Amino acid sequence: MADLLVVSDAGLYCPAGDFWIDPWRSVPRAVITHAHADHARSGCDRYLCAAPGKLVMRSRLGGTVPIDTLRYGESTTFNGVKVSLHPAGHVLGSAQVRVEHGGQVWVVSGDYKTAPDPTCAPFEPVRCDVFITESTFGLPIYRWPAPEIIAAEINAWWRANQAEGKTSVLLAYALGKAQRLAAMVDPSIGPIHGHGAVMKLVRAYRDSGVRLPPIDAVPARAKRVGQGRALVIAPPSVAAGGWLRVFGEVVVAQASGWMTVRGIRRRRGFGTGFVLSDHADFPGLVSAVEATGARRVLVTHGSSEAFARFLRGRGLEADVLATRFTGEQPDRDDAGDDDDVGAEADPDVPGPDMSRPDDGAAVDSAPRGELP
Amino acid sequence: MKRFTDLSWRLDATTKTSEKEALLVDYFRAVPPGDGAVAVRILSGGRQSRAVSTTLLRTWAAEAAGIPDWLVEECYAHVGDLAETLALLLPEPVACLGTGAATEWGGLADCMRGTVDRIRAEADEGRKRALVEEVWRGLGPAERIVWHKFLTGGLRLGVSRTLVARALAVVAGVEPAEMLERLVAARLETADDYRELLDPAASATSRRPYPFFLAAPLDEPPAMLGDVAGWQVEWKWDGARAQLVRRGGETALWTRGEDLVGERFPEVVAAAERLPEGTVLDGELLVVRGGRQLGFDQLSRRLHRKAPTRRDIAELPVAFLAYDLLEADGVDLRAEPLCQRRRQLEALAAARGWPGLEPPMVGDPLPSPDHDSEPFLLSPVLCPTDWAAVASARATARDRGVEGVMLKRREGPYGVGRTRGEWWKWKIEPLEIDAVLIGAVAGHGRRAGLHTDYTFGVWDDGRLVKIANAYSGLTDKELTEVDRIIRMTTLEKKGPWRGVTATLVMQLAFERVAESTRHASGVAVRFPRIVRWRRDKSPAEAGSLADLRALVAPVETLPPLPPLPRLIPPPGDRQTRLWEEDE
Repeated sequence: MADLLVVSDAGLYCPAGDFWIDPWRSVPRAVITHAHADHARSGCDRYLCAAPGKLVMRSRLGGTVPIDTLRYGESTTFNGVKVSLHPAGHVLGSAQVRVEHGGQVWVVSGDYKTAPDPTCAPFEPVRCDVFITESTFGLPIYRWPAPEIIAAEINAWWRANQAEGKTSVLLAYALGKAQRLAAMVDPSIGPIHGHGAVMKLVRAYRDSGVRLPPIDAVPARAKRVGQGRALVIAPPSVAAGGWLRVFGEVVVAQASGWMTVRGIRRRRGFGTGFVLSDHADFPGLVSAVEATGARRVLVTHGSSEAFARFLRGRGLEADVLATRFTGEQPDRDDAGDDDDVGAEADPDVPGPDMSRPDDGAAVDSAPRGELP
Repeated sequence: MKRFTDLSWRLDATTKTSEKEALLVDYFRAVPPGDGAVAVRILSGGRQSRAVSTTLLRTWAAEAAGIPDWLVEECYAHVGDLAETLALLLPEPVACLGTGAATEWGGLADCMRGTVDRIRAEADEGRKRALVEEVWRGLGPAERIVWHKFLTGGLRLGVSRTLVARALAVVAGVEPAEMLERLVAARLETADDYRELLDPAASATSRRPYPFFLAAPLDEPPAMLGDVAGWQVEWKWDGARAQLVRRGGETALWTRGEDLVGERFPEVVAAAERLPEGTVLDGELLVVRGGRQLGFDQLSRRLHRKAPTRRDIAELPVAFLAYDLLEADGVDLRAEPLCQRRRQLEALAAARGWPGLEPPMVGDPLPSPDHDSEPFLLSPVLCPTDWAAVASARATARDRGVEGVMLKRREGPYGVGRTRGEWWKWKIEPLEIDAVLIGAVAGHGRRAGLHTDYTFGVWDDGRLVKIANAYSGLTDKELTEVDRIIRMTTLEKKGPWRGVTATLVMQLAFERVAESTRHASGVAVRFPRIVRWRRDKSPAEAGSLADLRALVAPVETLPPLPPLPRLIPPPGDRQTRLWEEDE
């Protein structure tokens, strides 16, 4: 039986239904799992996404391009191929794509997480024959602490900084993580400010009916905004520029799944890291795969080889699927893009090196030689 | 234990030296002295023997986590730190993190004795494992990392010995240099050792070396240093920097890493018995055979041999080449001008009959092989009339098997650390070649998860052959960029290793190229490092094996091995044992 989905030049393609899922080139019909830049690219003729994510998609794509929507669980057909969208728990409106044709069911996970998130619908496992799963954190060292524990850590850190009159800056991706953080922290501690890129999506979230605490934009050319009491949520790229100056003395931390590993945290040059991801951890990936009942699993993103091998060891037919989402975003530009959400690719890729400028020289001054 | 774990995580959480120092000061003030001794030992990089092999730890952790062994290795390649990898893999602790078992062992010293030493002492593998697993059940990931490092003896906390000394100096109210000296010689086993270390009025420990004075690299021609007559010019030797301390009827031989290495060089220590009481020499350990010094590669064979046999000593006889006198008759001479110290050193050498050592040019007749059995030599001073003469001497350095020349200000004192302006090292220009990046593995520590340990090749008959591994020379930003290119161009993976399509060309520098039968390319390069990323060059434009072969140093023919020397009645018991071992 022919595969229902194949990887074409333009992306993941369904030949029977003549549509693409998260294409990386312009195509006539794009089904989008979620609005992050490496999954939702502009330039297609027509988009389909989950209804709760429509405003977020519009804010990302801009313009007037047609965006069709389906409610979670509702289905439509393309050329007799049945397509439905199911919550992926990654960000607002994120969806798994279920594709059914000729007695086969394939599910494309997109990015997903199994941990709870107050700003989006929780992940729902969907039974299928073939499951295409991400594996950004597909190594067993990645196990997330409960979000309540992380929320308590962030609150304590914010209070401690406040006690020293310093502004707390949390670096997080503008779409999804930023709003999740705002909804997690205790807003009674002090004012919350958002970077422009964050605010644009805060509006889209609010307009979509998500409840968020008060978050203020940052006035230009102001001094000591928040008087050393505020929590600022901003995309990671601001750490390199001068944008943070308006807050006076700041303490910067990043919230990401990669903060699990000391070496990665140190390389980014931040003292503090909070382990918080919008991707599934290893146990989450394993339980999600099991819950689909799929006999065949195709793995993409991140530690795909290791995760596929692990699944084969558990008796599944598992292979790596080479997509442009694979690994670490080949087309990503790290250089100080501080403006636009469009600059972000995958939020959890161990990407731009945020070392302080004085760390920027050669890392290892003592060369290790090869003794003949 | 809790206190120390907290300290290690706080140190990890800051990248500022001043904050690290403040954390250390607070810790050293508050810690009970028994724990303090252990902590200083660990923090200042004191080596500890392994309580359990890492192979066993990996196997046990894989079983406890319910994952296959290969997946542990995948994780290790990703994390870049075994202690951390295992800590993250193990199941959640039974007791709550930070509140449970970690406090049961009380202090650091108790923890070391109660768990680490017990595990080390336990011969039975099953019981060793039971002890390890019991601790695992009680510790959270953060504490497990630190504890694993105790077990495997590899804790590094990103603090230098100098920084630890500075913090201890604040606590004790003494000069940092004084504390550094104490630290080098301290025993650090008991609470009393810690109290003695921090005693504001402690007396000098008898076999302590002085902090080594280091030369700064000279990047420009030396004309700006003024009149050449103001400078003492010597060869820069390719050996191991060392200090020989003769005090209280005992001899201590220290290398620059401040390791005591006397037992590795019994021929030097035995001869030092005849030195006057209260003498400290600064110099270089060199293998001297056939009347000339051999390269560092030969010396490193002796450095790695903890208890050399008689044959080792005969094949690779080591001499101490003296170039400075830091103490005579128990008096610290470091504040004296160099010319004064040199006069005294020359007088000592003359009285003892130490010969000088001229590094011969390739092809020159070799000087007297008498030097071979001479454990003490004097570093000769060159007498150039102008800077041009210094430059021409330097130009012969590669052919003489030395690294360049040293310029030391005649009126200068023996300083501390790397004070610029007193001592300069003017090394020969490195050799260079453009090489193609052919593979990489992920780095460790700050470079975890990034492919930063590169393998380079050059062209040979249309193929790229491996010539070197190099790790250093690129900026953080370049490392990230190269990592991404490596991931995009990966052709094959073998465990953590990725072979890539040839796209990147880097200019490599190295000190020497030598024929080698141990490398597939037939050549070995010494001390390779990256000079710059040649974005302007395509792989086809990179260098060839023939280019590299053209740089091979003239063959260093070793003279035939002299007959084993007759046994000289050795002065000490230990030497007797060493010498008899080989009989």
